[in-house]
Amino acid sequence: MSDKLDKNKNYAGRLGYSYRRNLRERLIESVLFLSAALSVVIMLSIVVMLVKESFVFFQHVSLWDFLTDTQWTPLFDDAHYGILPLVAGTVVSSTVALLVALPLGTIIAIYLSEFAPFSVREIAKPFLELLGGIPTVVYGYFALLFVTPLLQMIFPTLPGFSLLSAGLVMGIMIIPYVSSMTEDAMRAVPMHLREGSYAMGATRFQTAIRVVMPAAFSGIAAAYILGISRAVGETMVVAIAAGMQPNLTWNPMEPAATITAYIVQVSLGDLPHGSIGYQTIFAAGLTLLLMTLVFNIIGHVLRKRYREIY
Amino acid sequence: MDKTDELNELRRIIGLHKRWDFLFMITGIIALMIAILTFIALFAQMLIDGMPRLSWDFFTSFPSRRPESAGILSAWVGTTLVMLVTAATAVPLGVGAGVYLEEYAPKNIFTEILEINVTNLAGVPSIIYGLLALGLFVYQLGLGQSILSAGLALALLILPVVIVATREAIRSIPVAIREGAYALGATKWQTVYDHLLPYSSAGILTGIIIGLARAIGETAPIITIGALTFIAFLPPSPITEGFPYISFEWLTAPFTVMPIQMFNWVSRPEEAFQLNAAAAGLVLVVMTLTMNGLAIYLRYRMRKNIKW
Repeated sequence: MSDKLDKNKNYAGRLGYSYRRNLRERLIESVLFLSAALSVVIMLSIVVMLVKESFVFFQHVSLWDFLTDTQWTPLFDDAHYGILPLVAGTVVSSTVALLVALPLGTIIAIYLSEFAPFSVREIAKPFLELLGGIPTVVYGYFALLFVTPLLQMIFPTLPGFSLLSAGLVMGIMIIPYVSSMTEDAMRAVPMHLREGSYAMGATRFQTAIRVVMPAAFSGIAAAYILGISRAVGETMVVAIAAGMQPNLTWNPMEPAATITAYIVQVSLGDLPHGSIGYQTIFAAGLTLLLMTLVFNIIGHVLRKRYREIY
Repeated sequence: MDKTDELNELRRIIGLHKRWDFLFMITGIIALMIAILTFIALFAQMLIDGMPRLSWDFFTSFPSRRPESAGILSAWVGTTLVMLVTAATAVPLGVGAGVYLEEYAPKNIFTEILEINVTNLAGVPSIIYGLLALGLFVYQLGLGQSILSAGLALALLILPVVIVATREAIRSIPVAIREGAYALGATKWQTVYDHLLPYSSAGILTGIIIGLARAIGETAPIITIGALTFIAFLPPSPITEGFPYISFEWLTAPFTVMPIQMFNWVSRPEEAFQLNAAAAGLVLVVMTLTMNGLAIYLRYRMRKNIKW
């Protein structure tokens, strides 16, 4: 044994501390660290960029006017800078979308997780995933040229652009996100909770509603929050199907612009860098970011407070 | 009340509750049907409107004022080039970040911030990335309204998708593999490069494909950058005649992409242009469905084949 070791005189050098090997490891680790840290840089630059341009904007327009003026006409001669009409459009279209997506998404999730046979689930899940992968501009086309004419048969007074048809299509678009996250949360609930419930004589429906859903609450809340921020930030469907005219209304049967649709409308035109119009889209973007941020924080708090650990 | 009456009463109650079970099952199937029928209606509508316009000429002509002779040549070339930039940026950065967070990151507050931040980035609306790209890439760095700016914007957008997929794929590898490598004297990087990355490649690839499929369909960030909707020329070719045979001039060229071309046609009032939009949408949907389908298939095969 010792003879063999002696023949390889260099073995200590190869297995021992090697300066070059160590240096390479360190170098690679720092490169990997930098690519991970880039995500923080991205987040910071988003905030800095929006705040910086909005800051210039708010030197022109007082925050009070921005929040209380009921008109948004920044590109007209008689310029008004009230974000309210855009926020109203966003709230109405998102509400319509969520009224569709949350109930349907939840029902599909409960069905797939607690009721459906294995084969149905194996087919339905990838199908829903494909549905979630369709580009939003295609959904916009569908809302404008299929859903709006369909709705006009039911409501003859519906205009060609409306928050209703944009919201409905947005809702269907969001279903896969809500249902797949909700289902994941429900399937993570351990089997013995269900078995306990069945042993007490509960039916599947009772078990799903009274045992599984409360146990999966934090995950379901996260799914709903994701659905809400998707709806608020959705751009192309509303830009195509809801019209791009700012309009202070809470009626989904009217055309109106959302925050995102306004940004698209301005970007389509040719706005010089540094003009007030250019700054308005950053102020609008900041409003949008703050809205989604609020929902993300609520989601985070809900997850922390109601997390069940098994 | 004697025993049989009690039993019958119990049976009645259970029967009543079972009826609720049945009713809910019907509701579930109906809800699923609504989603499926929407998809079929969407596809059928585009197929009926767009199919007649789909021909070889549609792929090889530029957009035009006359709807019958308009095509998507500049759009699909633009999409391809933008995707090249996006993939070249997002894949190394996303995989690197995923490997760091899963294998290297120490348990401290900074790592926690990194993780929360990646989750938050995934929730930022896509149009905000467009605003970032407009301010940072187009004006601050002076890249202009170019293929490079658009590719970078989309890369930032899909970065969280690639990071999360990489982390999940690496996490599913048992610790025993790492211990085996370390026991043989491998360094951390040797373990990652020779073992963890190859074993998780299918999972990472799935994430990359899903991310790129999303990037292909993204419209809002590219509109925000200020991409032109009417481009009747191609960017300079990446392969040149003389030395050094490769040119990167195309990176700074103005461009259009498929979803923008479709958006442009949809927003025109003439019906003939909307037929073009349907045809472009059909091409776009087939592209994203193929990519997503490939990802689903890869994941399915992975689940079947790998047994640790």
